[in-house]
Formats: sequence, structure tokens, C-alpha cells
Amino acid sequence: MEYVIEMNNIRKEFPGIVANDNITLQVKQGEIHALLGENGAGKSTLMNVLFGLYQPEKGEIKVRGKKVDVTDPNVANNLGIGMVHQHFMLVQNFTVTENIILGSEPTNKGTIDHRKAAKDVADISDQYGLRVDPKAKIEEISVGMQQRVEILKTLYRGADILIFDEPTAALTPQEIKELIQIMKNLIKEGKSIILITHKLKEIMQVCDRCTVIRRGKGIGTVNVADSTENSLAEMMVGREVSFEVEKGAAKPKDNVLSIKDLHVEDARGVSVVNGLNLDIRAGEIVGVAGVDGNGQTELIEAVTGLRQAKSGTINVSGQDVTSFKPRKVTEAGVGHIPQDRHKHGLVLEFTVGENILLQTYYQQPFTKNGVLNYPKMYEKARKLIEEYDVRTPNEKTLARSLSGGNQQKAIIAREVDRSPDLLIAAQPTRGLDVGAIEFIHKKLIEERDKGRAVMLVSLELDEVLNVSDRIAVIYEGEIVAIVDADKTDEKELGLLMAGGKREEGEPI
Amino acid sequence: MMNNIFKGKLFGLVVPLIAIGFGFLAGAVIMLISGNNPINGYVALVQGVFGDTYYFGETLQRMTPLIFSGLAVAFAFRTGLLNIGVEGQLIVGWFVSVLVGITIEAPMIIHLPLAILAGALAGALWGFVPGVLKARFQVHEVIVTIMMNYIAMHVVNHFIRNYMLESGQRTAFINDTASLSSDYLSTLTNFSRLHWGFLIAIAACVVMWFILWKTKKGFELRSVGYNKHASSYAGMSVNMNIILSMSVSGAFAGAGGAMVGLGTYNYANILPSFTNLGFDGIAVALLGSSTSIGIFLSAFLFGGLKEGANNMQGQAGVAPELVEIIIALIIFFVASSYLIRWIYSRVQSNKEGK
Repeated sequence: MEYVIEMNNIRKEFPGIVANDNITLQVKQGEIHALLGENGAGKSTLMNVLFGLYQPEKGEIKVRGKKVDVTDPNVANNLGIGMVHQHFMLVQNFTVTENIILGSEPTNKGTIDHRKAAKDVADISDQYGLRVDPKAKIEEISVGMQQRVEILKTLYRGADILIFDEPTAALTPQEIKELIQIMKNLIKEGKSIILITHKLKEIMQVCDRCTVIRRGKGIGTVNVADSTENSLAEMMVGREVSFEVEKGAAKPKDNVLSIKDLHVEDARGVSVVNGLNLDIRAGEIVGVAGVDGNGQTELIEAVTGLRQAKSGTINVSGQDVTSFKPRKVTEAGVGHIPQDRHKHGLVLEFTVGENILLQTYYQQPFTKNGVLNYPKMYEKARKLIEEYDVRTPNEKTLARSLSGGNQQKAIIAREVDRSPDLLIAAQPTRGLDVGAIEFIHKKLIEERDKGRAVMLVSLELDEVLNVSDRIAVIYEGEIVAIVDADKTDEKELGLLMAGGKREEGEPI
Repeated sequence: MMNNIFKGKLFGLVVPLIAIGFGFLAGAVIMLISGNNPINGYVALVQGVFGDTYYFGETLQRMTPLIFSGLAVAFAFRTGLLNIGVEGQLIVGWFVSVLVGITIEAPMIIHLPLAILAGALAGALWGFVPGVLKARFQVHEVIVTIMMNYIAMHVVNHFIRNYMLESGQRTAFINDTASLSSDYLSTLTNFSRLHWGFLIAIAACVVMWFILWKTKKGFELRSVGYNKHASSYAGMSVNMNIILSMSVSGAFAGAGGAMVGLGTYNYANILPSFTNLGFDGIAVALLGSSTSIGIFLSAFLFGGLKEGANNMQGQAGVAPELVEIIIALIIFFVASSYLIRWIYSRVQSNKEGK
């Protein structure tokens, strides 16, 4: 069978890094072809090469058997390649129809022919079963429908090779089902699809073949029918962990955090934590592993009081904190290193010192009769800056001007210094260099050894495996498995995170 | 050396100064075009402020409510809110303080503070309403405060017209025990209308500085203004701080109204249109970069410009509207501080190129 797209031996380098090293991707006409790999494996780079955003150093691209030079996205468009982006590129206060025709509007004597536009959009949406409300504004419609608008946009431009970039990341389970049906309809109508993902379950459900890349290298292409989630996970991860963290055995004691049957809704009112149970004991680090968007954020927000739980109970050191406001939760003994340090962790226009006191400024001796004692505050800040090795000219420097690693150290100083019974660290090392990562991991283990309960939420499997004592795998808002960190591996975790089950007979 | 001026703290001072310079420069060009001698015009302007103790006293009198309205705008702005309703808050403060000044009999030590407090409270109430609407229902404060201005003006006019009209368009004079008028200050400045309110305005600058930079509440207000998410993460109540900020802002404005009612006029009158004292507060706060000292200085500049405009017309024959144009241009240049920065960086790179 003829390949509709061939990317042969593609090599793409960035300064100091080879993002794609000799990768070959061949997509057959009328198939759904998965492109599987971890975060940062080089999937997006490869697709950007195909879409004309990057020029490869080596290799050739053939579309329908003909060698082509994709110099920019317009060339890709003309070749019938369309991309459905992960983050939708839609104008919020335009209607669905306006968004679809945007950039290639049908005109009639210089004005937009709205009647023709409406008819064209209706025709395409009927043909592929893409239900949309053509007159609704984007801001009024669901994420699922926004995605269908994105798909219609590519079809309206005549695409017959569609690239879906992590299309299910933002969708509800119901919307995912609908999307899978849409992809099947598209194939029936003669389109070809490349699906970028790291969710194994979806690949097993819809894909015909799967190309795996790992750390910029092509690992191989397999028929999905001949594979299992296990074998795909091994191909995706398949390597020995090299970045070990030194730590002794945990000596866990009593329960500090106890979550029972927790239900939480996200900002859109969709239930994203569904009956979650989790216990964390003093003196242990429990890693919460999961693919982004499986309820981790809302779980943390519920525990720290930033989001009200729908039902269930959260207990910290024997105190029911379920309905507590953030400050009461903090005072109940919870420290929180938030996942977005610029949004939640710091007031960037405040000084480093003020940020270090952000959780304690209202307490004695920093406040007396409602008046701040700045000398005392800065004295405290200086002490912590030294203790936690925050590299800053002084305590009166604005937090904004610090490097990411030092900003994170300031947050950790603030949260750890209060000696919380429970320390929640969400993505604590995201975007940091190796030195800062090491420091933070060491601090977390130190806290554990002091008898604190630590909850480490991370998307990095390496980190979860190396730092945690136990690992709780979160999937679709539930803890689906709890495993001992030293009795599991990336392969098993990857499988569990993608919603796979353990093989029978394996120890839990 | 020059580089340092445009970075860090000093830049906050340099931009307003350059903006003022540009504003006057542009004003000179306009005078030239309209057939006036700009040097004569500006000499008349300066003499109109410093040339006579009367003018100077009137300048200080004019800047008194401007300080308050500038503080009001700045206070809300520090919490990330745009209080466009200072005008209305000032009007109700004016009216209520005069009402208390007329209707209540008490010794001065009680009566005067009571009247000022009543004005401040009225302004606080006028700020509280948009604060609550913002916090509870996410109604944008700009819309609500603009509407509240009209409500303030027409409600106050209604009460004066129907219940308190004394002669012409005004109420009776307030009792002496509630008056800020000062024979001492007045004679000192050749019988200008300068009153004790000026000293209260200076105290208000200190109060705002103290609240924002020295108290726990001020810490929270500024934190919410900079980053709502981090503030609620740190256990502060964003909604309560929004309501509080709008109320305190309104109180500053209301107190400013009390200064006008109890100090400058000693009565309230039917307003045919807005006083603009509140709206000018936006300009004062902007030029003063929302700092106490900056507000004091820019209130002096704007008060002086408005007072000096009289003399400009009399002595140099320049239309007083020109002063309004200069003020507008100064604001324009402050708002385009980015432009100043950009021009500077272009000049700098040209130099390096050579």
C-alpha cells in the first residue's frame, strides 16, 4: 500500500540538543497512526517539521509518494496537511462559523459571503458528523465542541491528512468517546490521521499502527493489533533509571493525611476527582503519579482549601479540614509548594523577604496590633535565605528578578520552615536545573526523616520513582493503585497511569 | 550613569518629570500657534501661583481636595481596582458633612471631627457598594462607579433642592463649630480661602502611606493587587480585601468632599455638572505613581496650574483652557512612559552605533 506521508531519517538539531535523531515515520492512506513518546521525547518537533515550522537538517519528506520541501505552514496546508492543536487557536468572541472561515473567507464583491460560508460549514459538519452550533460564540461552547471547530477548520481548508496533538488532554471521558467516533468517521471518508499521544489506552482503541520515539530517537513502528499496552509502554520508556537519589529506608508512623471518598469538580463543573482515597503517614513520601489532567490539580486544591470538595472528607493530623479555608488549612499543619510558582507561589512584585513571610506575616512577632514589624520580618527572611541557600542580592530584592530555582528555594524555605505535619510538593522541580532539583529532593527527604508526611505530585516518573517511598497512581480522579517505589518500574507505572491493569498474579 | 536613571526606582521619578517637561513644551507650541508669547504666558502662570500670597494660599486650597481624590484613586489602584467613582464619593462626602455641619449643635471638638467623619463614611458607603458588587458578582467596578457618580450628583441635588435650599442654589452655612475655615491661615495668605483642611490632607498622605506600607492590612491589600491567586493561596480573603479597599478609597474621597464643604465653601450647592475634583484625582494619582509623596507633589502641580490659569488670562491673555490642554498632555506623556523608554533606548543604541 502507498504511504500518504513518509518522513525518512529526519534529523533536527537545536543548539546543544538533538531533538530528532534519524526518525522515520510512514503513514498509510486511511489509517490512524499513533506517535507515542514521553514528554519531551521529540514528538512535537517531528510534527512541526512536517508542518513546516522547522526545517530538518537531514532526511526527506514525501507526501503521496512525491518528495516535497515544506518550507512553511502554507505549503503544508496546500499539501492537504492540517493540524488540530492541543491549545485551540480560536477567537473567543467570534462565532463558530467565523472561526472556521477565518483566513480563507468566501467573498462576494469584496464582502464576506456569509450565506455561502454558513452553507459550506453545514455541509462539512454533516458529512463528517461533527456536531457544532454554527452561530454560537466560542466562549459559550464546551471544550469538546471547540475541538470539533478546530477539526472543521482544517477540513474547510481541504486537509486530508490530519495531525491531532494530544487531543484528549482537555476532554471529559464522554467527549473522548465522541472524538474517537469522529476520528473513525474521518477515516471512513478517506482521511488519514496522525495521533500524537502518550495515552496507551487510546492507541489500543483507535490506532492501526504506532511509531514510538524516545529521547529523540525512533524506536520503531508496530502494528497495534500485534501489541499490548505492556509492550508499548516498554518501548516508550524502556531504559534503566540513572538518576538515583540517596535515601535510607522510610520509617512511617501514624496517618497524617487521610482522604476518604473525595469528589471534586473543576472550574467548569466537571467532576474530576471521583471517590479518591489516600492515606499518607508521618515519615514517608507518597508520590502521586499520573498523566496531566487526571485530577491532581483539583486534589491538591481541595486538600489546601483553595477549592471546595463536593463530598468526602479530608483529615490532617486528626482534624477534619474538608471545609477549611486556605489559612485554616495552613494553620492545621499543611505546607504547600504549588505547581505554578508564578501564579500561586509568589507575589512577584513583592520582595524576596515579603514572599518568605507570605504565610506568617500576620503572626507575632511580625505583626503587632495590626502593624507590621519590617525589621523583624527581614531578619527572619535573612535567616531563611541563608539556611536555604537562596541566591539573591539581598532580602529586599524583588522576587521577579530571581532565577526560577532560587524562587523555588524561597517558596520551599517558607513552607518547610513552618514545620508542617503534611508537606505537599506539586511539580516542585519543573523547569529547574540539575543542581536545584537535587537540593529540592534532598529537602523533601530531610523532611520525611524528621517525621513529616510528604505528598509529591509530579508528572516526571523519574522523580516519583526516585524520591517516593510509596507511589499512588491517579487515573481519572481515582487512586487506581498504590505500589512500593522499590518494587515497581517506569514500565509498570506508565501502564497504570494510562489506565491499564496490573497483570494477574503480580504482587501489589 | 544615564543608564541607571532609566532602571530601577529612579525611573519612577524621571518619567513624570519628563512628561511634565514635554507637557509644557507642547503647551508653548500651542501658545505660539495661537499667537501668544509662551514666555509671557508661563511667566504669568508662575506669577499666578507664587506672585502673591493670596494666589499661593488659593493654590494650597485648590490642591487640598485633589490630594484626597488622588489618594482615593491610588489606594484602590494598589489593590488592583480602578475607582472611577471618586467624583461621586466626593460629592456625597461634601453633602453629608455639610448636613451634619448644619443640623447638629455641639462643641467644635466633637462637631468638626464628627462632620468630617460623616463625610468620610458617606464616601466609604459609596465605595462599598461597587466593592461588594465586584467581590460577590464580579461586576466590573469601573462600570458601577461611573454610574454611582450620577446617582450621587442627582440624589444630592434632589435633597438640596427639596429640603435644604436656602438662597439661590445653595444650602445654609454650616455652624461655625463644624467649619475648617481659619482666620489665621486666611490672613496669613492675604485673605485666601486656605483652611485647616490642607493640614488634614497632609496627614491623610501619611495615613495612606502608613496603611499601605506599615500595616498587616496594607500588606494584604497590596498583595491582592499584585497577585490574587498567590494571595488566596496564602490565606488572604481576596473578596474581603476588594470590599475593604473600595470602602477605604471611598472614605478618602468622602473626606476630600468634607474639606470642600467644611473648609472652602461652608455650604453645599446644587451641582449643575460634576465638580471634576474626583476625576482630576485619577490624573493626580497617575502622575504621582500612586505614592503619597508623589500625590502631594502632583496635586500641587495641578492645583497650581488651575490657579495660575486665572493670571495667565488676565496678564498674558492666554485662554485658561490652555492649562487643561497642558494637564491632558502631561497625562498623555506619563501614560506613554513606554514611549519615553523606547525613545531613550533608540537614542542610546544610536550612540553606541557610532
